[in-house]
Amino acid sequence: MSIYLFPAADDPGPSFAELMRRVRPEVSLPGAGVPAAPPAIEVRHATTIAALRYADGVVMAGDRRATEGVSIAHRSIEKVFPADRHSAIAIAGAAGPAIEMVRLFQTQLEHYEKVEGAALSLEGKANQLSQMVRSHLPMAMQGLAVVPLFAGWDTRRQTGRIFTYDVTGGRYEETDFHATGSGGRDAKTTIKLGFRAGMTRDEAVELAVKALYEAADEDAATGGPDPLRGIYPLVATVDERGFTLVDEGEVAERFAAVLSRREAPGSLSGGDVE
Amino acid sequence: MTMPYYVAPEQVMKDRAEYAQKGIARGRALVAVNFDDGILIVAENPSRTLHKISEIYDRVAFAGVGKYNEFDQLRVAGIRHADTKGYAYSREDVDARSLANVYAQYLGQVFTHEMKPLEVEILVAELGATNDENRLYHIAYDGTVVDEERATVLGGEADVIAGRLDQSLRDGWSLGEALKACVACLAGPDRTLAANDLEVGALARGNGRRTFRRIEGGELSALLAS
Repeated sequence: MSIYLFPAADDPGPSFAELMRRVRPEVSLPGAGVPAAPPAIEVRHATTIAALRYADGVVMAGDRRATEGVSIAHRSIEKVFPADRHSAIAIAGAAGPAIEMVRLFQTQLEHYEKVEGAALSLEGKANQLSQMVRSHLPMAMQGLAVVPLFAGWDTRRQTGRIFTYDVTGGRYEETDFHATGSGGRDAKTTIKLGFRAGMTRDEAVELAVKALYEAADEDAATGGPDPLRGIYPLVATVDERGFTLVDEGEVAERFAAVLSRREAPGSLSGGDVE
Repeated sequence: MTMPYYVAPEQVMKDRAEYAQKGIARGRALVAVNFDDGILIVAENPSRTLHKISEIYDRVAFAGVGKYNEFDQLRVAGIRHADTKGYAYSREDVDARSLANVYAQYLGQVFTHEMKPLEVEILVAELGATNDENRLYHIAYDGTVVDEERATVLGGEADVIAGRLDQSLRDGWSLGEALKACVACLAGPDRTLAANDLEVGALARGNGRRTFRRIEGGELSALLAS
């Protein structure tokens, strides 16, 4: 294996994707190799993801179901990932390219940090992701859309921030919350009704869990809590100390709390809205 | 027409080796040892931003002495080697031995074929599941690789410092004990080194996936004072 040294005028710098194109062209990166027509087969889709801000950071959550058409393809897929120490990425859309995009994004952030000796700003990370989504546009036009949600702790501004994307790579900053994917509408409405500025972490985690429950209640492609198999949505927080996955036991407890309130007499149709 | 002077190959190699050694000897030294939770690397370096010790990958660290621009270029090449390999295969497939070989090949090639050898000495350290599985590859300016057992010293006056280190080396040191011993060995009997003369990095099992961590600022001062 040869050493990767480049003349100063032709150096790929801290860009991992550019480096891969130079030295490992045989490894295809997300967005390369566009199909000529929409795939005739059903591909896996990851569904509902949500993020919201609280007093000390952001909460990000995603259900665990992947679908292929009307079938359940996977019951415990992961849609929420750490992007680096202080940010998280969640994915909805075509699961294969989305997970590949996450892997490239994670590697890119770490590569930059190691080469440059300092992490990118949160804004810089959000822009990097925007470029990746944009380079995926030809695939999206063929029906393989990937829509990520990006959130993190801005170490310079000392606040949690949420960024959403469309298939063209358009990047939009949300003030407080967002949800996307097939059950995104229901999840977003639930958060909207329950949101207050400056919530505690526990309140925010519970609201995220509740939003996913409501989404699963209305959307067939979104998986609800599955106590039988012990599968619960993935919930993560990002604050000053970094990315933390919320313990599965705690998520189960929050679900139980949400459900106990729904099961109260007379509240079968919609449950309470705080 | 001028004829090139004939110079015996022995002489050429000797001159190049002397040139590289002189360059390296001008720089400050660096020590790496095992401690109870991993590998500790301590360098004498007054700069806070021009690092001698760096992260390469989850369990792999790099350290270099000599000419900064030369070893920094090697550091970046190492990160590129590790990240591309980990992306194409798996994170578990990235190891120090393969990287040490790449460095050795390159340094050896430059030493024999180029006008000027690289004035660097580098260390590739890998954290194992236990200290017995730790790896310290010490690579010299001519591409010679030495697989060191428990400790290694790079840079100017390496022999003298290694002598002192042999005397104080112990198994099962805590981070603080290992650090103070390394600093004492670097300083020698006639000098003392303070926190702002030092650059310290560790590969520690308690650090999660990315095991490399810089020990600096208040933490470093506190460990030195303990």
